[in-house]
Amino acid sequence: MKPFTTLTGTAAPLLRANIDTDLLIPKQFLKTIVRTGLGRHLFFELRYDDQGRERPDFILNRPNFRQAVILLGGPNFGCGSSREHAPWALLDFGIRCVIAPSFADIFYNNCFSNGILPITLPMAAVEDLATEGLLTVDLPAQTVSGGGRSYRFELEPARKTTLVEGLDAIGVSLASLPAIEAYEAKRAQATPWL
Amino acid sequence: MSSGARTLYDKLWEAHLVETRPDGTSLLYIDRHLVHEVTSPQAFEGLRLADRPLRRPEAILAVIDHNISTQNRTDGSFEETSRLQVEALVENVQAFQVPYIPLLDDRQGIVHVIGPEQGFTLPGSTVVCGDSHTSTHGAFGALAFGIGTSEVEHVFATQTLPQRHSKNMRVRFEGTLPEGLGAKDLALFLIGQIGTAGGTGHVIEFAGAAVRALSMESRMTLCNMSIEAGARAGLVAPDETTFAYVAGRPMAPAGPLWEQALASWRGLPTDEGARFDQEYTFDVSGLAPQVTWGTNPEAVVDITGRVPDPGAAGDPAKQEAMRLALAYMGLQPGTPMEEVPVQVVFIGSCTNGRIEDMRAAARVAKGRKVAPGVRALVVPGSGLVKRQAEAEGLDRVFLEAGFEWRLPGCSMCLGMNDDRLEPGERSASTSNRNFEGRQGRGGRTHLVSPEMAAAAAVMGHFTDVRRLLEVQ
Repeated sequence: MKPFTTLTGTAAPLLRANIDTDLLIPKQFLKTIVRTGLGRHLFFELRYDDQGRERPDFILNRPNFRQAVILLGGPNFGCGSSREHAPWALLDFGIRCVIAPSFADIFYNNCFSNGILPITLPMAAVEDLATEGLLTVDLPAQTVSGGGRSYRFELEPARKTTLVEGLDAIGVSLASLPAIEAYEAKRAQATPWL
Repeated sequence: MSSGARTLYDKLWEAHLVETRPDGTSLLYIDRHLVHEVTSPQAFEGLRLADRPLRRPEAILAVIDHNISTQNRTDGSFEETSRLQVEALVENVQAFQVPYIPLLDDRQGIVHVIGPEQGFTLPGSTVVCGDSHTSTHGAFGALAFGIGTSEVEHVFATQTLPQRHSKNMRVRFEGTLPEGLGAKDLALFLIGQIGTAGGTGHVIEFAGAAVRALSMESRMTLCNMSIEAGARAGLVAPDETTFAYVAGRPMAPAGPLWEQALASWRGLPTDEGARFDQEYTFDVSGLAPQVTWGTNPEAVVDITGRVPDPGAAGDPAKQEAMRLALAYMGLQPGTPMEEVPVQVVFIGSCTNGRIEDMRAAARVAKGRKVAPGVRALVVPGSGLVKRQAEAEGLDRVFLEAGFEWRLPGCSMCLGMNDDRLEPGERSASTSNRNFEGRQGRGGRTHLVSPEMAAAAAVMGHFTDVRRLLEVQ
């Protein structure tokens, strides 16, 4: 996985609450068998009209935000379906960081699986960061800054390490193979029906 | 945590703990893994690319459910892209020697219906699936949660997942659920009370007299919807109802192993005096049937209520969100819910696609006719549910009333197949999500119980089903 240290670029504000993963990428694009190429379908319903033309007023269609690398969202971001197509679509579009007051659990985990940094900040801070200027996310320092503002964010150390070092999570767990095998031996005795 | 009174969740967690790492994360062992065609192809591909073996194929049960037609099962019934996923799953289960229920097998159905049916889901186990409604299996006192495709690959390769301990929440439903109401009403009511993020970071244990009185299928409905409250998982402590359901199922333990399992399962319920981080208690004796009006499941009212007025919400952000939702739903504030017409009725899904749901809907449909202009689908959750319903004559009840009787699958819950709402169409749906576009672009979904969906079908508008049940 690509390591994440610092990121500087445009942040697109989409501050509504409960942005669900159906909205991030609707069902008709879940039939793929690869992880790539979903960026053009990101926010499909909001981004395109019935004829498939771009809606000019949607944030990611505006000239200043077409190259956005950060997304600013409202509370409970990423709720609903577990579809990893949602972070895949964000990543393929070019977004590597989502800043919101709260995230749904499965989406939050899926971000880390894909080198996307979800940052939790209070709504007032998210609104304050909604500027047309550039934002810089410094993951080692745990700060977001831009336009004279700067906010520190909290992140679990293990999550931080995963992103900063671009760790292969499966490789990390496989390093615990002796513990897994020991557990399985114990389990075969304790709960043989499993 | 390892000493003193423990919750059911704490016990499940500790029993599956492989190791705790210095950074505080825990490696949790996964007993059961359900796999379907939509969220697995990239995970199998990941194994191939990294040249990693699949650690325990026998811990998996695979089935096709999400994107298939519910009208026919011949080869021509797939859209091309659906066919690719279906073929990919069939190839993958062969290549990796994964237990698989074929599409034309009677046992085929929605992952969350077939797991319990087959006895694959067991009390005291950990269950995962690349699907958020994996929370369903918590009804057995199993720790069950949805995961992303990368995590599916992680479980394939390691049979474990790195996890963080969630907080404990207990929701007690006390009293007696009134006639005509079911677990779906409990679930929607709760989400209306605590919100779609009310359970975030928590595992919810459902308790209280009204939960103890629920059948296993109803407990599954309740736990299924716990993800819609944002919870990591939902749980019901296993009891005699649970054991009676599991006993004799094809993949359940039998003989001396059954006795051993039973003894173990009896130790699972939360200890007296165990501490919960959050507790709610509701008396549900006076509850009315629930119906959603908006674009997420917390936007819910009693059927006797009205479409709410955004002006009455305090917070300006909330007002704006409500206005957006009402505009999408095409509803006017103050309209009585019973006056809202429907064009489509969908009865099915992992939330309400089991035999009791079929019976509940049939009870309302019996001797009545689907209202003119309404398209009504009944999609059993599995081939076994379908067979049982047909043995009881429920298919005849539905067909005579003008409902369509379909083949099992996820169907219009998410519209990945050809069962979709047209723009502007309004549905009464027994599924779990009323998100914008969920059932089809521009579709307007109202979540209800199977009884309420059947009532809407025969009346042509939302109706308090209690009135229909009284006149029978």
